[in-house]
Amino acid sequence: MTETPKPVAAQLDLLYSEAEEDLRAAVRSLLADRADPQTLLARIEGEAPYLPGLWDALAGGIGAAGLLVPEKLGGQGASHREAAVVLEELGRAVTPAPYLTSAVVATETLLALGADEGGPVAELLGALAAGEKTAVLAVPLSTAPGADPVTDGPVPAVADAAAADVLLVPRADGLYAVPAAEARITPQVPLDLTRPLAVVDTTGVAGTRLAGPETGGAAVRRGLLAGAGLLASEQLGLAAWCLEETVRHTKERHQFNRPIGSFQALKHRMAQLWLELVGARAVARAAADALATGAPDTELTVAVAQAYCAKVAVHAAEECVQLHGGIGMTWEHPAHLALKRAKSAQTALGSAGRHRDVIAALVDLPAPG
Amino acid sequence: MSGDKALAPDAAELLDRTRRLLAEHPPATTDRTDFLRARFDAGLAWVHYPVGLGGLGAPRSLQAVVDAELAAAGAPDNDPRRIGIGLGMAAPTLLEFGSDAVKERFLKPLWVGEEVWCQLFSEPGAGSDLAALGTRAVRDGEDWVINGQKVWTSSAHVARWAILIARTDPDLPKHRGITYFVCDMTDPGVEVRPLRQITGEAEFNEVFLTNVRIPDAHRLGEVGDGWRVAQTTLMNERVSIGGARIPREGGMIGKAAATWRARPELRTHDLHRRLLDLWVDAEVARLTGERLRQQLVAGQPGPEGSAMKLGFARLNQAISALEVELLGDEGLLYGDWTMVRPDLVDFTGRDAGYRYLRAKGNSIEGGTTEVLLNIVAERVLGLPPEPRNDKDVAWKDLAR
Repeated sequence: MTETPKPVAAQLDLLYSEAEEDLRAAVRSLLADRADPQTLLARIEGEAPYLPGLWDALAGGIGAAGLLVPEKLGGQGASHREAAVVLEELGRAVTPAPYLTSAVVATETLLALGADEGGPVAELLGALAAGEKTAVLAVPLSTAPGADPVTDGPVPAVADAAAADVLLVPRADGLYAVPAAEARITPQVPLDLTRPLAVVDTTGVAGTRLAGPETGGAAVRRGLLAGAGLLASEQLGLAAWCLEETVRHTKERHQFNRPIGSFQALKHRMAQLWLELVGARAVARAAADALATGAPDTELTVAVAQAYCAKVAVHAAEECVQLHGGIGMTWEHPAHLALKRAKSAQTALGSAGRHRDVIAALVDLPAPG
Repeated sequence: MSGDKALAPDAAELLDRTRRLLAEHPPATTDRTDFLRARFDAGLAWVHYPVGLGGLGAPRSLQAVVDAELAAAGAPDNDPRRIGIGLGMAAPTLLEFGSDAVKERFLKPLWVGEEVWCQLFSEPGAGSDLAALGTRAVRDGEDWVINGQKVWTSSAHVARWAILIARTDPDLPKHRGITYFVCDMTDPGVEVRPLRQITGEAEFNEVFLTNVRIPDAHRLGEVGDGWRVAQTTLMNERVSIGGARIPREGGMIGKAAATWRARPELRTHDLHRRLLDLWVDAEVARLTGERLRQQLVAGQPGPEGSAMKLGFARLNQAISALEVELLGDEGLLYGDWTMVRPDLVDFTGRDAGYRYLRAKGNSIEGGTTEVLLNIVAERVLGLPPEPRNDKDVAWKDLAR
């Protein structure tokens, strides 16, 4: 039996820079002001999917929507590392905002087309970066990065479509930009109340052809890969909030004449979550840095991050509900928002099983023949 | 050589010194021990140690520069696995609490590997509750006289010296009244008996101490302050990970993956699913270790070391359990039950059955998983402590 260890990839930077921590502080403070749990709870039953003014402040004010877009196209010229930090904060607060769909997946897809200044792609990227418009890729939210989705007829479970301005539609003959106003968009009732879903039908609507099938297909895969990789950071942020909230609650809540957080059975469960978070932080950072630097094993690192972080987020949210006891089952407490987001995100951009299949192929661990 | 700390060498100077060492003592023609002694004298053993004690007062992170250059030149290393307790636990404690004479006497042969160390901490009645230890040390003139029993002592049968904690005042609560010593393992009162374990071999020992005489000069720290000194030892035990970079598939997962690739006839869907889950967990553990290493280098040490220990135990157990099943009929066999007393611990060596059984110790040795989870919960998450009824009671009045 010979050992064939894979070579270690170029060293990934797994820490946070000072600039990233400053960005985190700005986003966290904005969300604390404008998107606290009570505001969210009041809003999710209303008509508009998003909090008024929040997107303008986040995308335009802080400039978060343009982090991946080069400065010459109107963006911040930052990278996936910074976008990942924004997503950690959006995950912590379970914020309803089309960040992952528009500022990451759609933006990365457009960037992969290679934008000429002045062309339609550059123009759209500029508008997305400025936060003036949002765009979504018109594929089901569950689409995995390796898939080659082609839209033909109504597409279910398209995230953030109802409030988008532009739909990016992969068709057999290429990738199209379709004004959302010209499409038939039918909102659905989502499990995750903070990430609206809709059926999108662009049949018969021409739109603008941005690329042929080959370039378009590669761009879509690139967009989905960035989405899956950075979703890990959203899941990390959500899990971190769930643990902190649970620790806070169990320190305060007394039963049997003791804080319930002093019972070893509960302490071990929270310590276990902390261990999972330590791993999730390392692997989510790895995915963000791999995307930012174009590391050769980015696809593998993203698959590992998704296969792990999705599970950690669901576990943290489930423990948050359980360890809050009856309060955790109420509509008033925000634990359910986190649980619904975590459980939906487990299916988003490829299930754990799909990511494991990718890993099996990439590291030569084939299934039984 | 000047001991001026303001002139701590930088990477370029360390590289220069390393090349000079290699030029003056070519590894190909120099005796291994002679080379290691010369390396120690050149201050390139542990560069963060003081001048004259194997170091140069340089930043700890620069050790990697020296190690890489020496490895590239094919220089011998000091086999840190065999002398791990000395390097990782005894040395930092000797450095912090030893007299000048103690440091000069012990550090060089320790680092070179000429003297192996063991650790006489745990006792039959004081494992996780280490501060409950009952081995007595009684002052007699310039000596201390030790009586008691220690257990789970790795390397005791090959060790020349031991770090030892013993009770010097039973009238104080258990964390006080403990004193820390360096014990001579060749003293006639020291009896080492192999302790055969689950794998069939005797990697650990019981150590019986009968009227062992330790000179007061071999005491580390103040009388009664041994618990604090022991904390330094135990902290360093947990810091010692995170130094080296682990390659992908570097640990036990590499063995299982190699078997999977080489033996298609063993593959089943159930095992495939579990193998991939563990492959992901192993990769997450590798990246966690890498992130911890980067934090240490950047001077931002976090509490993640405890996560590494806990994760490593769970992962090794799960992977080795899978390996036994993967091997089918071969997994029903065991290499060799003969009792041997190995010089070093080998987690990944021998066969799958051995790995499965040995990995059971990973969640017990160096702090049980249960105790470490309590530590994480209380010190990292700030959860309220367990109720304690032994803190203010004299050790002699505790139930045993």
